Amino acid sequence: MILFGFNLLPAQASTAALSVDLVYLYIVAVTVFFTALIYGLVMFFSIKYRRRSESERPKPIEGNHLLEIIWIAVPLVIVLTMFAAGTIVYFYIFHPPKDGIQMYGVGKQWMWKFQHPDGRREINDLHVPMGTPVKITLTSEDVIHSFYVPAFRVKTDVVPGRYVQTWFEATKPGEYHLFCAEYCGTEHSRMIGKVIVMKPEDYAKWLSGQDVSSTGPKLSMVERGAKIFQDMRCATCHAPGTAAGLGPKLEGIYGHDVALEGGQTVKVDDGYLRESILLPTKRIVKGYQPLMPTYQGQISEEDVLSVVAYVKSLTPQAAPADAVAGGTPSDAAATAGTAKD
Amino acid sequence: MSHSAKPGETYYAHQFEDAAQSHESITLGMWIFLITEVMFFGGLFAAYTIYRAQYSAAFDEGSHMLDITLGCFNTVVLILSSLTMALAVRCAQLGKMTGALFNMVLTLGLGTVFLGVKAVEYTAKFQHGLVPGPNFAPHGVHSFGLELYYSLYFALTGMHAVHMIIGAVILMVIIGLTAKGKINKTYNSPIEIFGLYWHFVDIVWIFLFPLLYLLGRH
Amino acid sequence: MQTQKKPSYLSADHTIGSWLLTQDHKRIAIMYLVAVTLFFLIGSILALLIRLELLTPAGDLLQSESYNRVFTGHGVVMVFLFLIPGIPAVFGNFLVPIMIGARDMAFPKINLASFYVFLAGGVMILSAIVFGGLDTGWTFYTPYSSSYATGRVTIGALGAFTVGFSSIMTGLNFLVTIHKMRAPGLTWFRLPLFIWAHYATALIMVLGTPVVAIAIVMVALEHLFGFGFFDPTKGGDPVLFQHLFWFYSHPAVYIMILPAMGVISELIACFSRKRIFGYKLVAFSSLGIAIIGFLIWGHHMFVSGQSAYAGLVFSLITYIVAIPSAVKAFNWTATLYRSSVSWKTPMMYVIGFMGLFAIGGLTGLFCANLAVDVHIHDTYFIVAHFHYIMVGGTIMGYLGALHFWWPKMTGRMYSEAWARLSAIFVFFGFNLTFFPQFLLGYLGMPRRYHFYPEEFQFLNIMSTAGASLLGLGYLFPIFYLMWSLKKGEQAPANPWTAKGLEWETTSPPPTTNFDKTPVVTEEAYAYEK
Repeated sequence: MILFGFNLLPAQASTAALSVDLVYLYIVAVTVFFTALIYGLVMFFSIKYRRRSESERPKPIEGNHLLEIIWIAVPLVIVLTMFAAGTIVYFYIFHPPKDGIQMYGVGKQWMWKFQHPDGRREINDLHVPMGTPVKITLTSEDVIHSFYVPAFRVKTDVVPGRYVQTWFEATKPGEYHLFCAEYCGTEHSRMIGKVIVMKPEDYAKWLSGQDVSSTGPKLSMVERGAKIFQDMRCATCHAPGTAAGLGPKLEGIYGHDVALEGGQTVKVDDGYLRESILLPTKRIVKGYQPLMPTYQGQISEEDVLSVVAYVKSLTPQAAPADAVAGGTPSDAAATAGTAKD
Repeated sequence: MSHSAKPGETYYAHQFEDAAQSHESITLGMWIFLITEVMFFGGLFAAYTIYRAQYSAAFDEGSHMLDITLGCFNTVVLILSSLTMALAVRCAQLGKMTGALFNMVLTLGLGTVFLGVKAVEYTAKFQHGLVPGPNFAPHGVHSFGLELYYSLYFALTGMHAVHMIIGAVILMVIIGLTAKGKINKTYNSPIEIFGLYWHFVDIVWIFLFPLLYLLGRH
Repeated sequence: MQTQKKPSYLSADHTIGSWLLTQDHKRIAIMYLVAVTLFFLIGSILALLIRLELLTPAGDLLQSESYNRVFTGHGVVMVFLFLIPGIPAVFGNFLVPIMIGARDMAFPKINLASFYVFLAGGVMILSAIVFGGLDTGWTFYTPYSSSYATGRVTIGALGAFTVGFSSIMTGLNFLVTIHKMRAPGLTWFRLPLFIWAHYATALIMVLGTPVVAIAIVMVALEHLFGFGFFDPTKGGDPVLFQHLFWFYSHPAVYIMILPAMGVISELIACFSRKRIFGYKLVAFSSLGIAIIGFLIWGHHMFVSGQSAYAGLVFSLITYIVAIPSAVKAFNWTATLYRSSVSWKTPMMYVIGFMGLFAIGGLTGLFCANLAVDVHIHDTYFIVAHFHYIMVGGTIMGYLGALHFWWPKMTGRMYSEAWARLSAIFVFFGFNLTFFPQFLLGYLGMPRRYHFYPEEFQFLNIMSTAGASLLGLGYLFPIFYLMWSLKKGEQAPANPWTAKGLEWETTSPPPTTNFDKTPVVTEEAYAYEK
C-alpha cells in the first residue's frame, strides 16, 4: 500500500499476510475514527465554548447514565470484534498444517544456522519454495532470539532449552528480510538474514545444485544423525535391533506415549528426544536406570537436530521419506515439545 | 523520640488529629507492608510450585537431604518466639513494661537461636557441596533438578533469614528504647506493630518448613 | 481563609539541614522535583544519542556495545527514575495531604526515607551505566542478563530493586493517608479525582512492585552465584523471568498513566469551569484499570512460547482494560460541552494530552490483537505505542501539573507566552518524533537496532527531526520556570479561581497547610458556585 510515495505496508508474501493486514487495517479505521471523534470534539468544544468573560458559570452536568452505558457498550462490542478477528487469524498462524516441508534452525549470538532435511546448511540465508507450507523447528544455543520475517507476518521467540515451531507458506518469489527480534546482546542488530523464496522449479534446481556448502559427501540430516549416533557410541546402549539393552529401544517409539519412572507418561516428540540427549535424567523411561550420561557441551544444537531426525526415521510412517520432506508429517512434529506448552 | 503525653493520654504524632487516628493509621500501614511481603515471597513460592511439579523426584531427594530434626527444632523455636512476642505486646498494652521487656528479650534470644541453627545447616550444605553454582557437587547419583531445588532452598530460607535479621535488629532497638523508658505506657505502638511483623516472619517459616523439609516423607 | 502572618513552608527555615531532614511533605516533594528533573535530563540526553545514531542505517556514531548501553540507560532511567516516581512523588506528595485537608502524610519520616532510598537507587543505576555499562535492555530478559551479559547487571538490577522500595513506601503512605486522614465531611465521593487516581496508583505500587523485586533478586542470585532459576541446563526456564517481570511491569505502566489521568481531571474541571461529567464512573474507572491491569501481563509474551490459549485469555482481558480508559476520554470530552474553556498553558497541555493519549491508547488495540501483535511485537510500532502514552500521556500530564500548581508550590507566576510556546513545540515535536515510528514498526523495523536496512532511513530522519523540536520544548520550561522564581509575579492564593482545598490556602502554603482543619460541605468541582 503506497501513500504519498511511501510504502505503508511491507510486502505481502505469505498466505497469512493479507489476513493480518486486513485485521490491521480494520483497527486502523477504528483508531482513525475515534481519534478524529475525540480530538475533533475536544478542539471543537474548546473553541466553541471558549471563555469570553471571567464571570461565566456554566451549568454543571452530573452525568447521563444512558450516554455512559452507550459509550461503554459500543466500544466493548467493537473491541470484541477485533479480538475475534485477531484470534481467528492467530490460530491459523499458530497451528502448522500437517503437510509441507520441515526445516530446522538454530539461533546463536549473532547468526542463524539453518538445516534443510537433505543436509544442506545455510547461514543467515534460507531458501524456500513458494506455494508449500514450510515448517521450521528452532532452538537457541545461548540466549533468547526471535525469528521474524516481516513479509510473512510471522514471528516466534527462539528459546534455549526447548524447541519452538513456526510455519509459513510463501506466495511471492523474492528476497525478504529475516530479523532477530529479541534483543540478544552486542550484535543483535547485525543478526539479519534473508529468506529467499523461489518458484518450485527453481527451488528444485537450487536443491540439487552444485553449491554444496560442506566439503565431502553431502549427507542428509538423517544420514548425518546416523553417523553421529555411531560416533558418539549411542549404539552401545540403544543399539537398534537388540531386544533388551541398557537403554530403551528407539525403533517405532516416535509419536507414541511412553511410561516414565514416577508414574507419568510422555509423548515421544522432537522436544523429548532432545531432552533425552541433553538432560537424560530429567524424565527416565520406566524400568531403566539413570545411567545415560549427558551430552550437554559435547554436541551442538544442530547435531542434536540431526540425531533427532535419525531417531524419527526409525519409526515407519505412512508418508514416504523423500529427501525434501525429511521430517515426518505426523502430529508429533507439530508440537513444541516440552511439558509446559 | 521522647514521647510523653499527659497522664492517661496516649502520645500521637503531630500530623494526626487524635490518638485513635494515629493508632489506626499505624496499624493499617503495617498490614499493607505485610501484604507487600506476601507478594514478595509469593514470587518465590510461584517459582517453587512450578518447578516442584516438573521435578518432583529431585525435590523429594533434596528434601530428604535436609536435617529434619534441626528443621523441627527451629520451627518450635520460632513458634515459641511468636508466643513470647505476643506476651510482650499484651504486657505493653497492660502497661507492664518490665514484663514486655522480659518477653522481648526472650523473643530476641529465640530468634538468635533460630539463626544460629540456620548457620549450622548452611555450613553443612556447603561442606556437602550442595550450594548451587560452580561448586555444586552432591555425592552419588541424583535426579535432574536437584540444583534447582537447592537454588530455591537457599533463596527462600535466605530471604527469610534476611527478614529475621532485620527483625532482630529492629527488636534490639525497641528493647533499648523500652529499657530507657522512651517506649512506655503512653507510647507502646512500636511493640504492637513489630509484633505483627514478627508473626508474619514466623508464618512464612510455617509455609517454608513443610514445602522444603517434609516433602515425600511418610 | 488564611492570613499572611504565618511563614510559608518555603520560608519557614533556610538551613540545609531543614531541607535535607525535613518531614514536611511539601519540601520532600520539591526535593523529588529536583531529582526527577535531573534524571529526566539524563534520560533525554541518552534519547538524543539514540536518535542521532539512528539518522543513518550504519552503526557509525556509536559502536554496538555503546548503543546497547545507551538504549538500556534511556529505558532504565526514564522508567524507574522518572516515569514511575514522577507525578506521584512530586505532585502526589505535595497535594494529597492538602487536598484531603490534612496537615501532612500519615508517615512523614517514611516519606523522607522514600526520597533517600530513591536517590540511593538512582545512584546505583547511574553507576552501573557509567562504570562498566548496563546493556540488557530495561527488561533484563534472561538468560542474557543472568548468564551472558558482561557489565554491571547486578548493581543496575539492585538499583532498580532499591527504587522499587521507594515506590512501595510512597504507595503505602498514600493508601493510609487517604483512608485515615480525610477532613471531616470529606467522604469518598467528594474526593478530587486526583486523589482517586493516586489511590489506584498506590494499590498497584504496593501489590506489584514486590514481584519484580523478587524477580530482580533471582536474576542477581543467578548472575552472581550461578543459581539455576532461569538456566535450562539446570532445569530452569528463561520464560519464568518474563512472567515474574511483566506481572509487575504491566501494572507499572498504569502507575505511570493513572496519576496523569488524575491531573487531567483536575485541569479540565478548572479550565472548563465545570464538574467532571460522570464523576463516579471516572473514579471507578481508575480502580478498574488498576485491578484489571494485574490480569494481562501475558500480552507481552504472545510469541514467547506460551500456549495459544494463554494468549487468548490475555488478549481478551487486555481488550477489556481498554474500556475504562475509553470511558475517561469520553467523560472528559463531555465535560467540555457547554463549558467555559480557558486556553491557559495547563489547558493547552490537556488538549495536547487528549489527542496524544487517544492515539496512544487506541494503538494499544493493535498490540492486544493476537494476529497483529505477532507481526508488530518487538518492532518500532510498540516503541511508538508506549511513547505516545508515556510521553504524550504522562509527560503532558506532568507538564500540565507543573504549570497548574507551580504558583501554589512556589508562590510565583511564570511567563504565559513562553509557556504556551513550549507546549506547542512539545506537541508538534512529539508527533513528528513518534508517528513515523508506527509506520517503521509495521514495515518491520525491529527495536533495539542501530544497524538497519536502508529503506527505513527516511522515517528515521523524520523521527530525529521531531526529537530536536521536542527537546527544545522540554528545555524552555527549565529556563522560564527558574526565571519565575526570582522575577515572576507573586501568585495569589487562587490564580486560576479553581475549586479544591489546595486553593483555599496561601501560595505557597504554610508548613501545616491549614490554620484549622477544614470541614468539607460540598461536592468536588462545585464550579457553578
